[in-house]
Amino acid sequence: MENIAAFSNEQITRDLLPQKFGRRGMIWTGILVLLCLTGAYAYYRQLKYGLVVTSMRDYVSWGIYISNFVFFVAISLVGSLITAIFRLANVKWSTPLTRIAEIIAVSAIVFASLIIIVDMGRPERFMNLFLHGRIQSPIMWDVIVIGTYFFISCLLLYFPLLPDLKILIAFKEKSGKALNKLYRFQGSFWKGTKEQFQISDKAINILCIIIVPVAFCIHTVTSWLFATTYRPGWDSTNFGAYFISGAFLVGAGGVVVAMYIFRKSYHLEKYITEKHFEKMGRIVVLLALLYLYFNINEYLIPAFKMKKPEEAHLTQLFTGEFAALFWFAISIGMIIPILILLFKKGRRPLPVFIAGIMVVIGAWFKRYLIVTPTLLHPFLPMQNVPESYHHYFPSWEEWAIAIGSLSGALLVITFFARIYPIIPIHEIITEQHEEAEKK
Amino acid sequence: MSCNCGGNDCSKNSRRDFLVTSLLATAALAGCSDKKNPFIPEDEVVPSGEKVKLLSVDGEIIEIDKAFLKPVPDLPHLSNSEERKGIPGKKFVMVIDLARCKNLRKCQEACNHMHHVHPGQNWIKVLGMEDSDHTAPYWQPTTCMHCDEPPCVKVCPVDATFKRQDGIVLIDSDRCIGCRFCMAACPYSTRVFNWEEPVLPKEVADQHYSCETSLPQKKGTVGKCDFCPDMTRKGELPHCVSACPNGVFFFGDMNEDTVTNGAETFRFSELIRDKAGYRLMEDLGTKPRVYYLPPVNRNFPYQSGLENEKPEEKTKN
Repeated sequence: MENIAAFSNEQITRDLLPQKFGRRGMIWTGILVLLCLTGAYAYYRQLKYGLVVTSMRDYVSWGIYISNFVFFVAISLVGSLITAIFRLANVKWSTPLTRIAEIIAVSAIVFASLIIIVDMGRPERFMNLFLHGRIQSPIMWDVIVIGTYFFISCLLLYFPLLPDLKILIAFKEKSGKALNKLYRFQGSFWKGTKEQFQISDKAINILCIIIVPVAFCIHTVTSWLFATTYRPGWDSTNFGAYFISGAFLVGAGGVVVAMYIFRKSYHLEKYITEKHFEKMGRIVVLLALLYLYFNINEYLIPAFKMKKPEEAHLTQLFTGEFAALFWFAISIGMIIPILILLFKKGRRPLPVFIAGIMVVIGAWFKRYLIVTPTLLHPFLPMQNVPESYHHYFPSWEEWAIAIGSLSGALLVITFFARIYPIIPIHEIITEQHEEAEKK
Repeated sequence: MSCNCGGNDCSKNSRRDFLVTSLLATAALAGCSDKKNPFIPEDEVVPSGEKVKLLSVDGEIIEIDKAFLKPVPDLPHLSNSEERKGIPGKKFVMVIDLARCKNLRKCQEACNHMHHVHPGQNWIKVLGMEDSDHTAPYWQPTTCMHCDEPPCVKVCPVDATFKRQDGIVLIDSDRCIGCRFCMAACPYSTRVFNWEEPVLPKEVADQHYSCETSLPQKKGTVGKCDFCPDMTRKGELPHCVSACPNGVFFFGDMNEDTVTNGAETFRFSELIRDKAGYRLMEDLGTKPRVYYLPPVNRNFPYQSGLENEKPEEKTKN
């Protein structure tokens, strides 16, 4: 943090306090709200007419809702990577990124849960999961681990926020009455005593340790929703590791994108420096290589054997109906970002940002390719069904709901950054002092 | 129809016969108190003078005044827990003889009609199969396999689909949350989903929901072939079995080691042994309760079934 060390506490606080939306912020928020409302209207139609408004039918019984769900669960894993793993490994440079990562995790996991409810044929029977739940079903495992992960992530967001809330309460005139009330409600008990810091540090350490296995669980269990079936493309013992490596990649990509946008719009160049992009670029390239490795495992080994059910599935992906999308997702989600980020020049903020966007977009389509093509290749031939059952292209309601949920997640992040400091003020100040003492 | 033969009013002839011959009645009488004498009618019945002949339990013809006959009320609704348990002492099994099938789809028609399956969807599919380029094509009616290790039941989070002790895998549409995990898990692609509000005649829509009739079907839940447990409970054959004019489907009880298509009855074990019966996708370990007899010495050439294909459905992908 040597370049931050030059600033006074007051300067840091002034820089990092949440700011009102500017004109661009208003437009951004307005667009997101509109997209969310469109999604809500599409969901209203789905509730009224049933899942018939989607393009899903008996063969493709899971569509972009489920791939969107997998995407959300994947991106939420980054909270545990940046906050917990780096913290436990005593990595200091990531401090300004922890809150960004953690709010991405929380909002993504919330919308993962929502989108899975949207996918249900009878959402009003959600309580049956608790009234009649059976522990042998991977869905129950998912309910349990996602619930746990959400809870821990919220705490990991909240505890480090407490010292910042004290600062926010102190700047009453800047935040306004309503927000001040919120800050007081959430953090007025925090006096910043030594004992409180001890308890808080200990709690955060414990949470950081337990969130790692829980994070591995959420995505492993999500992969098991597929891997516990017999279907070609899903029937793999590699799926847990494959999904987790992909999840860390998309999460790191998401953080890179968010870093860049926050840096630009809140003028945080002093706090999120080129060095951060350089380091995150290295992490993304490492994760992309790892994910590429798993992809080679996942596609090339079955392709070597070409078992009959796999053959139909794989040829559709490599050269058939899904080939364009497949090679698009592989190249934009892994190969091009690797080529960009391997070079030092590619790890400057703008190219890292572009690579991050590519990773995220590639990852979304990759999830779609994991879910849908498999379902179009059942063991028994698809016959005695209307022609429309042989294909799948999402209906406008599905697009609207999927885009609406993505907008919703962005909206949560946007509002969070409006209300709370997106870079932990207190931790930056403390680290600055530690740096100074070392010198 | 049952005989509600009153002791005093019954004609002398039939009464004597009845009392003398009916072991059941004697047993029942022994257990009766004065108040509940089954031979005293609950309300006064005036003999109409018109007689009907009935078969007594030990095979003698008895004559009874028509006025004493009264319709048996419909069987009371089974409780959900009884429906989940199944019919005691039974292990239902089906044998499908591929040598007899010519894709007439009468099974499908009857099934769709009786279960009010959504137009376009089918619980039974008659698949035109060809295992490899140089092997002979054949028609394969495909029902739910009612697996003994059902992958669908394993993944259901709410016990909405379950395995009964009589071997049948059923769905409780009152409990199903519509997650469709079972559809992804089923390797036989046998399950269908009610994507929209089912179109049902009013009397069906109003009837009490039962897992055994699978009626009335419900929006947002999964459906599939149920082996017609409502029919078997009445001692009748599933609709597909009785609808098939070629006797393709044999249904029966493994405990009795008997299967029948209505016209012919076989020892299940002998049929499977003599005709080399097999099950689909044995390697998956699902242990289906539906057996197939290979398409050898066929009754019909494969081509004769092609004319029954509906134009909107392609056989070959």
